[in-house]
Amino acid sequence: MGLERLNSLYREVILDHSDHPHHKHALPDATHKITLKNPTCGDVINLDIDLDDHDKIKDIGFTGDGCTISQSSASMMTDAVMGKSKEQALHMAKTFSDMVMGKKHPQADLDELQDAAILSNVMTFPARIKCATLSWWALQRALLKQPDGSVDSDDSDKGE
Amino acid sequence: MDSTLNKVMNDFPILNQKVNDERLVYLDNAATAQRPNQVIKALTHFYQTDNANVHRGVHTLAERATADYEAARRKVQKFINAPEPEEVIFTKGCTDGLNLVASTYGEANISAGDEIVISIMEHHSNLIPWQQLANRKGATLKYIHLTADGELDLDEAAQLITDKTKIVAVAHASNVMGTVNPIKQLAKLAHQHGAIFVGDGAQAVPHMAVDVQDLDVDFYAFSGHKMMGPTGIGILYGKRQLLEAMPPYQYGGEMIGFVHEQDSTWAELPYKFEAGTQNIAGAVGLGAAVDYLTGIGMDAVHEHEQQLVNYLLPKMEAIDGVQVYGPQDPAKHTGVIAFNLENLHPHDVATALDMEGVAVRAGHHCAQPLMTYLGLTATARASFYLYNTQADADRLLVAIQETKEFFNHGSRKTK
Ligand SMILES: Cc1ncc(COP(=O)(O)O)c(C=O)c1O
Repeated sequence: MGLERLNSLYREVILDHSDHPHHKHALPDATHKITLKNPTCGDVINLDIDLDDHDKIKDIGFTGDGCTISQSSASMMTDAVMGKSKEQALHMAKTFSDMVMGKKHPQADLDELQDAAILSNVMTFPARIKCATLSWWALQRALLKQPDGSVDSDDSDKGE
Repeated sequence: MDSTLNKVMNDFPILNQKVNDERLVYLDNAATAQRPNQVIKALTHFYQTDNANVHRGVHTLAERATADYEAARRKVQKFINAPEPEEVIFTKGCTDGLNLVASTYGEANISAGDEIVISIMEHHSNLIPWQQLANRKGATLKYIHLTADGELDLDEAAQLITDKTKIVAVAHASNVMGTVNPIKQLAKLAHQHGAIFVGDGAQAVPHMAVDVQDLDVDFYAFSGHKMMGPTGIGILYGKRQLLEAMPPYQYGGEMIGFVHEQDSTWAELPYKFEAGTQNIAGAVGLGAAVDYLTGIGMDAVHEHEQQLVNYLLPKMEAIDGVQVYGPQDPAKHTGVIAFNLENLHPHDVATALDMEGVAVRAGHHCAQPLMTYLGLTATARASFYLYNTQADADRLLVAIQETKEFFNHGSRKTK
């Protein structure tokens, strides 16, 4: 078969995001911060989210090391959720994790994900699904985190 | 290179399949090896004809199962040249054996201020048990680091191992660096200071002749599944006088001498350390794997892998942008080859190689302190065994080239 099938995973958009990730920087004063590890490979993502008084994502940034899929997914995620409300962002995280597991979603939900929707192909590479979902998980967990650091049980550990 | 071993491939039905439309090239043997028909048949035969619990019945099947189980122990004893079968304890695997030593010998003999010396290239199984023991006891855990060529720094070892040292625990062969460590020398050093030496043989026993008496190790642990036996079975070798003095690991059936209401006595070796119903079929399968390896000869296995490494390593190193870790001299490198491609994450590399039917591992290989020490988060790793051929090595080389090209240019621009 050779590497042709790789084209369906490593689309140009994905490679562009991983070569030149968007919002790849720390936000020292962010209201929400989290560090997550991909246990299988040790890749780490630090996600900083700054919510305004109306729970809207005013700014978002990430740092850390990872493979092409995890880096581009994080970049596309930050593009997609910038300016969204906390509720919207959580909904998008749910759409994304359903999408890569092969569950159907209304087209409008998928459109909302913008570039990130292209990662639906990762579902045919089961070993890589975690790479794609890591940043979305981080988003979900950071947003559900209470000021005391505990995380709402509300399916926040999904997929772990 | 046309090793006579090339035909052993036919003994491994699992290798005769296509993955992603290509003939499977299985290069993840350091994680687990494949099983030959001989082992699969031994398991089936045991379950079809002899299965019973051991040492517990007077009926015929119990006799047969017990004979099979004890025969397997003696096969392993001979294979590693242990003085007595009672010094060969069946465990769940290498991890289990190392934990056994840490929580029995370690618990009884380590106190505050003592030192335990391990190496920075240890697998987590030969690291965390000592780390946690040291933490529990207020002892100090010290690390032997590496030379530039990925070998243990023996000068540092000589300084670290002192009269304060109570335990030295080091891998016989690394599961990342492809290094064979001079454990005979380290055991001698440990003994000179009154310490004991624990060898992690997980990556050595499957690939080379091991003689525990010649090495003069006090304990030596390994897993069945990396030497073509079943999962869930392993071996801990220990010197009799140490095993005799140690408290049991687990309590329950089979490991007792006599049980009173308030006290108990323990069974003789090795049963003192084999509490509860054991993995009897696993032991039988391991015995069959030992027979299989003995039939081929460990020197032949070692020679075959060495030829593959001699062939492959210079060719890998010659590929622009490929970084190979561990000794650069093929003669010092086992069939475990960790590598990275420039500007590419090993996960992406492993997915690409899988598309070519080449199975390798990517990750930290359960050796995070080593990764941190080397300044890496992860590597890809190809690991060879006796059924791998030069054709497999060539497939890896081609797949690496194509992966490099795919990510560097070409295909990605066509989309
Ligand atoms: C060097 C080394 N030690 C210990 C182990 C642990 O073996 P197991 O997981 O079979 O207990 C491994 C297996 O990966 C290993 O490579």
